[in-house]
Amino acid sequence: MAQVKNRLTPFFENITFDREDNEMILNFGPQHPSAHGQLRLMLHLQQEMITKAHPDIGYLHRGMEKMAENMIYNEFMPTTDRMDYIASSSNNYGFALAVEKLIGLEVPRRAKVIRMMLLEINRLMSHLFWLATTALDIGAMTVFLFAFREREYLMDIIEGYCGARLTHAAIRIGGVPLDIQDSFITQLRVFLDKLPQNIKDYEDLLDTNRIWLMRMEEVGTISTEMALSWGCTGPMLRASGVAWDIRKEEPYELYDEVEFNVPWSDKGDNFARYRMYMEEMRESAKILYQTITMYQKCVKDGQTELMAHSPKYISAPKIDIMTQNYSLMQHFVLVTQGMRPPVGEVYIPTESPKGELGFYINSQGGPYPYRLKLRAPSFWHTGILTDLLPGHYIPDVVSIIGTTNIVFGEVDR
Amino acid sequence: MRAYKPKDDVQAKSYYTDRYYVSPQVPKQTPESDEVFNADLEAIKSKFDVSDAYIQVEQLVIFINASDIYGVLEFMRDELEYTQLSEMSAIDWLAKDNTFEIFYQMLSMNKRKRIRVKYFIDNGQAVDSVEKLFRSADWSEREMFDMFGIEANGHPFMKRILMPYDWHGYPLLKTYPLEGDEFAAWYEVDKIFGKEARDVIGPELRDTAKVDRYDSERFARLGHEVPKGTKITGNEPKSDQNYQEDGGVFLIKKFDKKDSVVIDDPQR
Repeated sequence: MAQVKNRLTPFFENITFDREDNEMILNFGPQHPSAHGQLRLMLHLQQEMITKAHPDIGYLHRGMEKMAENMIYNEFMPTTDRMDYIASSSNNYGFALAVEKLIGLEVPRRAKVIRMMLLEINRLMSHLFWLATTALDIGAMTVFLFAFREREYLMDIIEGYCGARLTHAAIRIGGVPLDIQDSFITQLRVFLDKLPQNIKDYEDLLDTNRIWLMRMEEVGTISTEMALSWGCTGPMLRASGVAWDIRKEEPYELYDEVEFNVPWSDKGDNFARYRMYMEEMRESAKILYQTITMYQKCVKDGQTELMAHSPKYISAPKIDIMTQNYSLMQHFVLVTQGMRPPVGEVYIPTESPKGELGFYINSQGGPYPYRLKLRAPSFWHTGILTDLLPGHYIPDVVSIIGTTNIVFGEVDR
Repeated sequence: MRAYKPKDDVQAKSYYTDRYYVSPQVPKQTPESDEVFNADLEAIKSKFDVSDAYIQVEQLVIFINASDIYGVLEFMRDELEYTQLSEMSAIDWLAKDNTFEIFYQMLSMNKRKRIRVKYFIDNGQAVDSVEKLFRSADWSEREMFDMFGIEANGHPFMKRILMPYDWHGYPLLKTYPLEGDEFAAWYEVDKIFGKEARDVIGPELRDTAKVDRYDSERFARLGHEVPKGTKITGNEPKSDQNYQEDGGVFLIKKFDKKDSVVIDDPQR
């Protein structure tokens, strides 16, 4: 009855010391600034060494899958923005593509090019955001300011396109709602021309920085088996020795027409992941240059269509709705009742900046999906912390969470 | 007549469906149409029961027995190179035939192929955990338990993951209500004043932030409020809002808002 004895100790009335060992349980988050949102970690510590980690999630759970079951397909599109809110067009795109595959739609080429531009801009935005926040967590304030400055240019371009900076809802089922604005390509070119120098600036600040190397090298090493077993995708998997990029292996849109490399590393540590993000930014820039050429070719060839033509599922262009009675009626039905995709199911993976973003849709022929499962990469990248953190020290927790690049809108959905 | 609301599926329904409407189907192909899938399917068939198999949207779907799942996934991982479990979850068919459909989304990176393994379980039946094969199933199965109440046998930590530990009910069931208790607004009125006072008192305001969007008169009249039902003339005097209790507050003898000094400048 050690507890009773201790309870009588005058200065520690409410604390019982019933443990013989030195184990301490530390609650990390959910409001910790470096928890990247709402992550709560219960860490069992032996001195400064973590012996057991228990990630606790759900603080941002909004029940998106439930919401999807009670919304018509087009209505759900802006909700997907709130998953990975750092790169929301990627979520829009994943959902749009899944529904298009379910229906069997072919999207016009010009819309495909614009979508690819948006996706790659989103990837750059996401990677710059990752670099900024992770560098800030480690203490590199300059990199944070630099990377946010560049991200701001991209946000301005996106804002010019869709009017929003974070929650874009810039992609529709069947295409894109708008053509890109006149200044889009000029601004993008200016940005892309500067980008190599910018990336070099970050690398000059970080690559040989002693503190950065000590916090990154051989910290948080994920073996290939572990990464596969935990369902890791994206940069997390590529840094662990598997060169798997869905854009390359199972190409969607026009990714089979553009040339880019898939960077990978067999180190598996924080530093390898950091290198992954830097190299991927270069590859994204490469893709963006090519999409600009593709877009200009579309303009030259007179391909003006932006939405697929499928009156059963997609509203007609505005000009038809305003001039033709039958288009107006169909539009009315599609807006009020919603489209009714065929009976069947799809699972469509896309390569979002964080990894494999999959949408599983089970349709029973109604205007609401019968079941919609969101496969968000960050969910498993958070889960892996259970096995990854033990054996590390408390300061490593911050850098490991940083390089896993988890976003809680996506983890909790 | 009151509209009939089925209790076994309370989710949103289309308000109108043409009675002659026949839903089209997403086309299915036979597994023989793809060499790789066919070889994999034959390999699985040689060891386990496969009740149905087809290709839909470039992915093979196979239906197996619920008890075979661990063996099938182990075989697929070790022999057929399906090294990753991308996703797993359940679909609620309780309203139709009192079953759940469980699906496992498998990925082979070497073959660039994806297979969806499926089976049905009865309501209340547990599934076999595959957490020993794929660590990713650790959290997936917890999520499935959290959302549907389906337990996984052999799982090391079968607790809720997204919802709070003390939550009642399983949100992704089709029986799960979409809004709160509609009778809750009458509980206190009925208890204190009796049911017959409902008309006089009205429902309890449970959402204190609620704004009546159709009330165009009392909208944003802060400081000029009048009692409910009073005709608004537009010349209401500014009402001093005194939130002090009648008997005074501890330490404050007499509070008068007019005599007290309000300090606006925090830097004074």
